Amino acid sequence: MADRRYTKTHEWVTVDGKTVTVGITDYAQSQLGDVVFLELPSPGRTLGVRESFGVVESVKAASDLYSPVAGKVSAVNEKLSAKPELVNSDPYGDGWIMKLELTGELPPDLLDEAEYKKVTEAGAH
Amino acid sequence: MTEPLSFEKSRGSAGPPRLPDANVTAPEPSQLLGPEHIRSKAPGLPRLSEPEIMRHYSRLASMNYSISEQFYPLGSCTMKYNPVVNETAAALPGFAGLHPYQDEDSVQGALELMWRLERALSAVVGVERVTLQPAAGAHGEWTALRMIQAYHHSRGDARTEVLVPDSAHGTNPASAALSGFHVVEVRSGRDGRISLADLESKLSPSVAALMLTNPNTLGLFERQILDIAEMVHATGAMLYYDGANLNAFMGICRPGDMGFDAVHMNLHKTFTTPHGGGGPGAGPVGVKADLVPFLPTPTVERTNGHLTLDFKRPKSIGRVRTFYGNFGMLVRAYAYIVAMGGDGLTQASRDAVLSANYLRKQVEDDLEMPHDGPCMHEFVASARNLAQDGIKALDIAKALLDRDFYAPTVYFPLVVPEAIMVEPTETESKATLDAFGAAIKEIVAQAKTNPQALHDAPQTLPVGRLDEVAAARRINAYLQGQSDDPVLRWKAAEK
Amino acid sequence: MLAAIGVQSMDELLLDIPSSLRIKALELPAGLSEFETMAEIASLAARNRVFPDRLTFRGGGVYRRFIPAAVAAVTSKPEFYTAYTPYQPEASQGTLQAIFEFQTLIAELTALDVANASLYDGATAVAEAAMMAHVHTGRNEVVVPGYLHPEYMEVLRVFSEGRGIKVRRGTEPGPKTAAVIFQQPDFLGLLVDARSLTESAHAAGALAIACVDPISLAILAPPGEYGADIAVGEGQQLGLSPSYGGPHVGFISCRKELVRRLPGRLVGTAYDKQGRRGFTLALAAREQHIRREKATSNICTNHSLCALAASVYMTYMGPDGLRQVAEVSFKRAHALSERLAALPGWEPAFPDRQFLNEFPMRVPKGPAVVRKLARKGILGPLDVHRWFRELKGVLTFTCTEVNDPRALDELVAALES
Repeated sequence: MADRRYTKTHEWVTVDGKTVTVGITDYAQSQLGDVVFLELPSPGRTLGVRESFGVVESVKAASDLYSPVAGKVSAVNEKLSAKPELVNSDPYGDGWIMKLELTGELPPDLLDEAEYKKVTEAGAH
Repeated sequence: MTEPLSFEKSRGSAGPPRLPDANVTAPEPSQLLGPEHIRSKAPGLPRLSEPEIMRHYSRLASMNYSISEQFYPLGSCTMKYNPVVNETAAALPGFAGLHPYQDEDSVQGALELMWRLERALSAVVGVERVTLQPAAGAHGEWTALRMIQAYHHSRGDARTEVLVPDSAHGTNPASAALSGFHVVEVRSGRDGRISLADLESKLSPSVAALMLTNPNTLGLFERQILDIAEMVHATGAMLYYDGANLNAFMGICRPGDMGFDAVHMNLHKTFTTPHGGGGPGAGPVGVKADLVPFLPTPTVERTNGHLTLDFKRPKSIGRVRTFYGNFGMLVRAYAYIVAMGGDGLTQASRDAVLSANYLRKQVEDDLEMPHDGPCMHEFVASARNLAQDGIKALDIAKALLDRDFYAPTVYFPLVVPEAIMVEPTETESKATLDAFGAAIKEIVAQAKTNPQALHDAPQTLPVGRLDEVAAARRINAYLQGQSDDPVLRWKAAEK
Repeated sequence: MLAAIGVQSMDELLLDIPSSLRIKALELPAGLSEFETMAEIASLAARNRVFPDRLTFRGGGVYRRFIPAAVAAVTSKPEFYTAYTPYQPEASQGTLQAIFEFQTLIAELTALDVANASLYDGATAVAEAAMMAHVHTGRNEVVVPGYLHPEYMEVLRVFSEGRGIKVRRGTEPGPKTAAVIFQQPDFLGLLVDARSLTESAHAAGALAIACVDPISLAILAPPGEYGADIAVGEGQQLGLSPSYGGPHVGFISCRKELVRRLPGRLVGTAYDKQGRRGFTLALAAREQHIRREKATSNICTNHSLCALAASVYMTYMGPDGLRQVAEVSFKRAHALSERLAALPGWEPAFPDRQFLNEFPMRVPKGPAVVRKLARKGILGPLDVHRWFRELKGVLTFTCTEVNDPRALDELVAALES
């Protein structure tokens, strides 16, 4: 998907007007293993760029989630509380995590697919 | 062969044990206390007879591996044999029966034991004084950091960062964070040792301390420790020693001489107090002169053979737990030190290093060795070479359980993929080490011939591999109000 | 073995250690035989004075109680006491199931949803609970009304300083208060109004943390019944010897909304492929080995073996035995308090307050009383003036089922002499 952008901390974003959808990448979910829990932000919360907004947990690991953009949380994926495994099975689709109303511009340092691939290859030893 | 829970075995017909009656004239609680104070529903404790209880716990005991029956090559845990005389010593009524608020005059023997243990531990690690108060290694780490923090504060120096190597035990960063420090990671170099260049780049006047274990968690001695100490001290920071790996060099060298300012020790590792299935342990902390004023209160002092507890220490960080530490564990550790003596402790460490290098040799053709030897008291191998067969470190661990060995530490340190961390200790015979080496060979061979058997291990234990993912999801469902099954406790079925 | 390794001497294995660091020998005496070792240890034990259980009237957080023989028979099984932390669940089902039963027993006793595998002691349990409240509410102050055990208070202060949390003595929680922490019965043995303290905490948006005596809960309303959020306490009375103050065992339980903030180990049920139920460490992603500097606590271990002793004790007693122990202690203490109040110049220090089995008396010449009793072989009351300036001349007496009626007679006779 051409318009999906990534962060070095393994989040992805898609942008639709002022609405930004955030999730974690396929690489991130594969590194974590079976996701068992997500701590999600409350709708209405304002987040800055790279601000920690939640945690994703598997049995053996836990990882902080960082907001790729600045904005106000407009929705969280309620399905994940009962079915956290969606993050594993469909990270770019039903496993999305939250939606934000963007404040200001997209940060310039978001990565495109090719750039993100380099990050994962460097991290995979 | 599993055992029902005591709650599931409970029968209403089992009467209470025979206990004394009050035999005094006094009102009932309900006659004196207001109804708001009275419990409305009795706690749901099980009702079982003594024979049922004894059988229940005997069956549970039979479902455990333990150092008394199995080889426990758990890296970083120093699972050496626990001499039984330690237990006899701690159970002496003259120790077990002491109330912590007895007058000092009536506990001179206990205080003398603590004082001598402090002297002995100081001699082993090369420090001025030791607090025996911390209940565990992590507790000791945190106590040491609080002392270092108080030291800097006393000099008007508000340092906010603690440096921790990427190979460190998880308790190091957690203890630092709990003390209010910001944790900065220092990278290991290719040879498995701390990168001096990276350390240099992270040292600054904000750094309060570097937390280090030596030999490090890879079992490698930090050869440049004296340079590291000089670099750290030059910036005004202190050097903290994580004593998890003290068993490598007793009588050979001392953290105090390496330049460490604070040193924690795990009596349950190096000094043979039993692990008890996860505690109680004891994590004394030794300090150099600069930190002595900040030791927790009380300290044990000895003047002309008379022992006292000193509570009047104005610069002390205060107490970190009740009373004087896990005293029963101090008795055990002291008994061990007396029995071993300086010569015995030195021999123990030499034998521990010998065992580790011997075992390393036995398995070096079967597993990948990410770092060159020789090692100290433990080594880290990697199961990466079996990845092509779909075999992971976890499979090897489980297959060892079927061969009547406890598993090594796996997936730690984090810097080695598929890590298998082996610490044989000095109390294992060559025959045991050979048998373990043979078991590894057999498992590695099976990875080629029958990998499924390894995935299915263990087969010989009360349960097979447990589905922890499903368990975690059930717990979270309960915590989020989607299920009534608490998973973390037994609950009577609703009637 | 050296040949197999491929070296000539042991020293070749130690070449990484700079020669300037090598020491010749430890400055310690040479080792001893087992017989000599025990002789030395026993000579130290002999320099301590052990008061008989029945003539011990001192408490203050550590109590003499009847310990069923079953407790030591179980905890001295090497399969329990020499086992390691249950990281490999298949080979540790005994320890794991025992912890699971402990968690259930504590949850039942405190009437809260979930308890952990245990903590070091009562004081660190209080401190850990305060940290939970701090993280949960995002507030930076805890309020402590009344007489919390002074050592718990000190440990709470030392822990809190590290995290930048203020500990305030007082009764009025405010908008910055993360928790109200009270002890029931308090350090002097007196009952507090746990219900209204809990309500005042909740009214301020703070958590209520109850530090409780586990045996008292056979009689007293448990924290869950009056709405407390977290219960903590010291479990020494559940089958552990005084042992000069340790090792004992701390416990902590909470409402389910707070479980993810619980420190330390938790054990839960899990199933294998054949559908067999087993037990395993659970919610580990909260803990230091995974979360490192972001963990809920730095605690790594628990006090498993002490928790095991407590489990055997509670299972041996059952609900009726535990109640019997609590009631006998209550009645003996009340009988004793009547008799002590009749001594010339003696009076209850807080006559309007209720107690269970530990109570404060105001007496003339407190320290002299304690010394006199010691001369007569009695471990007398605790002089609490040492910690609280306003309590000059106040001594706390403790009675349990081990202080038989004749022991009470002996105590009173000694005081009258």
